[in-house]
Amino acid sequence: MATSALFLPRSSVDSLFDALRDQGFSRLVGPVARDGAIVYREIASAADLPRGMRDRQAPGTYRLETQHDGVRMFSWANGPQALKPLTFAPREPLWRCARDESGGLTFADVEREHEPTAVIGVRACDLAALQIHQQHFLESPYPDPHYAARRASLFLVAVHCSHPADTCFCASTGDGPRAESGYDLAMSELDEGFVVTAGTDPGRAVLASLGLGAASSLQREEADREVAAAARGQGRSLPSRNLKDALYARLEHPHWDHVGRRCLSCGNCTAVCPTCFCHAEQDAPALNGESAEHLRQWDSCFTAVHSYMGHFLVREETRLRYRQWLTHKLGSWHEQYGRSGCVGCGRCIAWCPVGIDITAEVATLMESGDAQP
Amino acid sequence: MKASARTQTTALERLNARENARPRVAVHKFSSCDGCQLAFINAGEALLELAQLVEIVHFAEAGPMDPEAAVDIAFVEGSISTPDEAERIQAVRANSRFLVSLGACATSGGLQALRNFNADGATGWTEAVYAQPEFIDSLDTATPVAEHVKVDLELWGCPVNARQVFQAVRQLLFGVEPVVDKDKLCVECKRQQHVCVLVAQGIPCMGPVTHTGCGALCPAFGRDCYACFGPAENPNTASLARRFDGLGLMPESVAQRFHFINSHAPAFRAEWLAWKERS
Repeated sequence: MATSALFLPRSSVDSLFDALRDQGFSRLVGPVARDGAIVYREIASAADLPRGMRDRQAPGTYRLETQHDGVRMFSWANGPQALKPLTFAPREPLWRCARDESGGLTFADVEREHEPTAVIGVRACDLAALQIHQQHFLESPYPDPHYAARRASLFLVAVHCSHPADTCFCASTGDGPRAESGYDLAMSELDEGFVVTAGTDPGRAVLASLGLGAASSLQREEADREVAAAARGQGRSLPSRNLKDALYARLEHPHWDHVGRRCLSCGNCTAVCPTCFCHAEQDAPALNGESAEHLRQWDSCFTAVHSYMGHFLVREETRLRYRQWLTHKLGSWHEQYGRSGCVGCGRCIAWCPVGIDITAEVATLMESGDAQP
Repeated sequence: MKASARTQTTALERLNARENARPRVAVHKFSSCDGCQLAFINAGEALLELAQLVEIVHFAEAGPMDPEAAVDIAFVEGSISTPDEAERIQAVRANSRFLVSLGACATSGGLQALRNFNADGATGWTEAVYAQPEFIDSLDTATPVAEHVKVDLELWGCPVNARQVFQAVRQLLFGVEPVVDKDKLCVECKRQQHVCVLVAQGIPCMGPVTHTGCGALCPAFGRDCYACFGPAENPNTASLARRFDGLGLMPESVAQRFHFINSHAPAFRAEWLAWKERS
């Protein structure tokens, strides 16, 4: 349950950062403008935040622009990253082994200590994706200790989205633009500062240490208005209902070939997708053969080896790889996790080098009532 | 391997008959810049470690000279671009149990394979470059090793990645077939969290059709991949070329993207031709 809304003046953002450090979150990770995009990096103070930056996103295109009179630090939609790299590392060792004196192998666990980190600027779509990942990695008979350790090290400061990109459609999937749960603190950015609420006890402890006054009703209304406008302003949409039967009835639809001719099977969509969790494991032996590291790294259903079994590829053709991704994400995902695997962040649209648009492809597939061309 | 009934055994058969000896390795050079051999020489300590694990019998650039030695593993750098090389590669194959093509030249023909697109082969260039072209005895084409003999493992790259080379050696020493990742460069680029230069800057990056292995070096510095590792598995060059066209590249420039270090690789050759015809 969120606590009552407080007001954090724009000039006091650094006090919030200091309070987070005082509560033990010695490392701050937040949005910065770098290499032409909003990316999450370690930050020192509010001066590092992308003040006055706006993004322009379209299928296959992302551009950052500076508004010279802009005071806001969060007037953009997501860049290519989300929480995913912070919780599900792109590459990490799972265990190590070494040859012992008798010639056998000794296995050793890896260190799983992560510096307590506060993440600033988490969006509603990313919190929805985090919830799915927690379900996948933690709520099973075999919880993943690597994921658990990274997740436990994080304190999440959400910022409700007021500036969705043209590629966003979280309102249609029910995952944004307001962050409803899963955060420690949530903030709405106004010109003069932030309306802040706490979602957890650690969040309340941070707020209590700041001694902030209550947000005025005008401030709260303005914050609500901006989020509502952000939802209304979204031009794309995707049905959030279970599309499994509808998609499975169209497995031989000619449109899969049409997508297959455009799709590069490069895996960019799955890498930027905050819910994609497929990985591959491999061993990295030392040259002398005396020790080895067992690594887990991001993989993608768009690679050939992902469907390799018993000396053949199940999905050699691109159309089959795209079909696998989409039917899992929007269909069989419901069986596994009780909801769609899409949170409407639109990253797969913007970061696809050839601009394949999941909302448009689904709409085309659904246009025809039956599976026959 | 089947034992020979003949009294006169081949060098390979004699090699196979040895017991408990360190595997013998040769590094052969054909038409190339020697840059891939540097993967070994620049490896420093790892090279010394390798020298303990295997017996390096031929590696002219590093010292040992015995080009006709029978070996367990032969690394071949360079393309086949002279009549002499066309003969020599047959001898290398006959003397090697496991043959690895090392780098772009050996694997796809390399930069010098651009001559394959000349109507008069190398002649025009030879005359333009050399004062006495009659001393140059060159084939009209520069071709990959695999067009001449069976290649057991292809390592791409201009130059190859030393980590990949040593990994392959290690896997061979374990007695398993080396596995080389053939995914697109983007998969690794995204693991390293680089911002996509194509999407964020409109730069015509070749990453989406290029064989991974370099570690996404160029995008790490904000520049486009130029496909020095050759085509990845299942490369959709047609779709990427249309995207380059959409970015505003003229057909000639689109064609050029595929006409560089690995121009002779079939996927790139076909896309070059398609856009060359439009320009």
